[in-house]
Amino acid sequence: MRTARVLHGEEMNNSGNLSRSGLGSLVLIAAILGGAAAAFAYTAGWLSPDRLTPERMIAALAPPGGAPLGHRRNHAKGICFTGVFEANGNGRALSRAKVFERGNYPALGRFNLGTADPNAVDATVRVRGLGLQITAGGEEWRMAMINPPFFAVSTPQSFHDLLIASGKKDPDAMKTFIQANPEFAAFATWAKTAPWTASYAEEPYHGLNSFIFTDAEGGEHAVRWSLLPAAPVVPISQTELEKRGPDFLEQEIVERVRASGPQRWTMVTTVADPGDPTADPSKAWPEGRRTVQVGTLVVQQIEQERDGPCRDINFDPTVLPRGIRLSDDPFPAARSSVYRKSYDLRAAEASDYPRTGTAKP
Amino acid sequence: MNNEAHRFAPIQRLLHWLMAACIIAMLFIGVGMVSTVTPEYPSLILIHETLGVTLLLLVAIRLALRLHYGAPRLPADLPHAIRLAARLSHLALYGFMIIMPLLGLGMLWAAAYPVVLLGGIQIPALLPQSDRAHTLLWNSHVYLGFAFFALVLLHVAAALFHALIRRDGVFRSIAPLPLRNTTAPAE
Repeated sequence: MRTARVLHGEEMNNSGNLSRSGLGSLVLIAAILGGAAAAFAYTAGWLSPDRLTPERMIAALAPPGGAPLGHRRNHAKGICFTGVFEANGNGRALSRAKVFERGNYPALGRFNLGTADPNAVDATVRVRGLGLQITAGGEEWRMAMINPPFFAVSTPQSFHDLLIASGKKDPDAMKTFIQANPEFAAFATWAKTAPWTASYAEEPYHGLNSFIFTDAEGGEHAVRWSLLPAAPVVPISQTELEKRGPDFLEQEIVERVRASGPQRWTMVTTVADPGDPTADPSKAWPEGRRTVQVGTLVVQQIEQERDGPCRDINFDPTVLPRGIRLSDDPFPAARSSVYRKSYDLRAAEASDYPRTGTAKP
Repeated sequence: MNNEAHRFAPIQRLLHWLMAACIIAMLFIGVGMVSTVTPEYPSLILIHETLGVTLLLLVAIRLALRLHYGAPRLPADLPHAIRLAARLSHLALYGFMIIMPLLGLGMLWAAAYPVVLLGGIQIPALLPQSDRAHTLLWNSHVYLGFAFFALVLLHVAAALFHALIRRDGVFRSIAPLPLRNTTAPAE
């Protein structure tokens, strides 16, 4: 009677059967296990198909031809740079982060296009971006910025809806989206009217998201930051840019740095007044806010992404040094979640985008 | 070793229940954080990383205590198969407790993410960035995490089986508080 031996004790009656309370205990055990498994499944989102997960955001980013295997799931076309961040010390008034102490700190980054297609024609992509990592005092500060002065939408959910609507063939899909997300109109106007340039070096790059800087006395300041180019802006028509070739921007920045030397951007932080919207990057703050020039990004060397140092870096905007923390802006958290998923995918697909260099096997 | 004791030492029981609560929290935070894009995401990551490193330290202490104090004997009438299952599942639980934080740290290092815990504690990277290593470590962390949860459920089922059905003193040996002494110690 193996069963009887296992179930020795009070829960067995004389004939070797489970007593009523023993049966009750088994039911209780099953209920506890079932409940725990259900809670786990709920937490994992398996019971909530409508939850906005990083997977759903990445699925919405995929172009009609399929996801760009081995590449970032958005801003897939890019080129690496290395250089320094020259802090002038002014930032210390806002943040105790070491990166604002006067001095030079190594920087590495990536110029990129806001497209999920790594082979996109430059003149077809309106949004340009810059991913940046500055290392100071053993701490890293990562960020990813774009050239429009405000974001297209107010929330991560709206961004997902935008991707879905713009991917649909139905012309009414975008109309419906704009009705539901009127903030998009300002972005649409920017996209139509802002001048195009023929160089990554002539673009401003805006952080757009709000962060909280903490100064040495513990004072907190809500800020946004931008990189403003030292290179003069030379507008060019979209048609003219297209004539210069599909990969003109990468060729141009290589040539510009080779011929004219390092390229510079001034980092300007803008401090919010009380009441300025920090949770909505589609709302620019009014003119006249206090600005502090905290330093200069100097881009010294360009390297192709395939074997370049930026390839290994996820420009996750929640990687912050002490003295900078997240605000109530929901985007950095959402971007962090999606970027990490994108990184996991592209790392697993590295053989679809093989390295040619010998630096890394 | 003190095999004559019928209960684990108080410090062992304390550590068992403390780590049990943390491990269950870790498993739920783990599956929850990777399925969300909400503002809680960075905090969940931070808690997961901090708790994970803490658990790695705690399991080292726990192993030392186990070697020092040993464990009470299982009831003499427990069938051989269950005895073996108990032995193997406990070995596996210790294995998960040791390997899971190491895989987690490894996958972060191999992805060139800085590991900064609550309180600004920085854990230096012991691995260089590597796509291949990241993929292997990340997959292991995820799938072994599911296996860990399944084993925790099995462990809970076995504990309740001992506590409610066999009432053989096995649960009492690790119970956080002294239970009413309804059965004679198994010997």
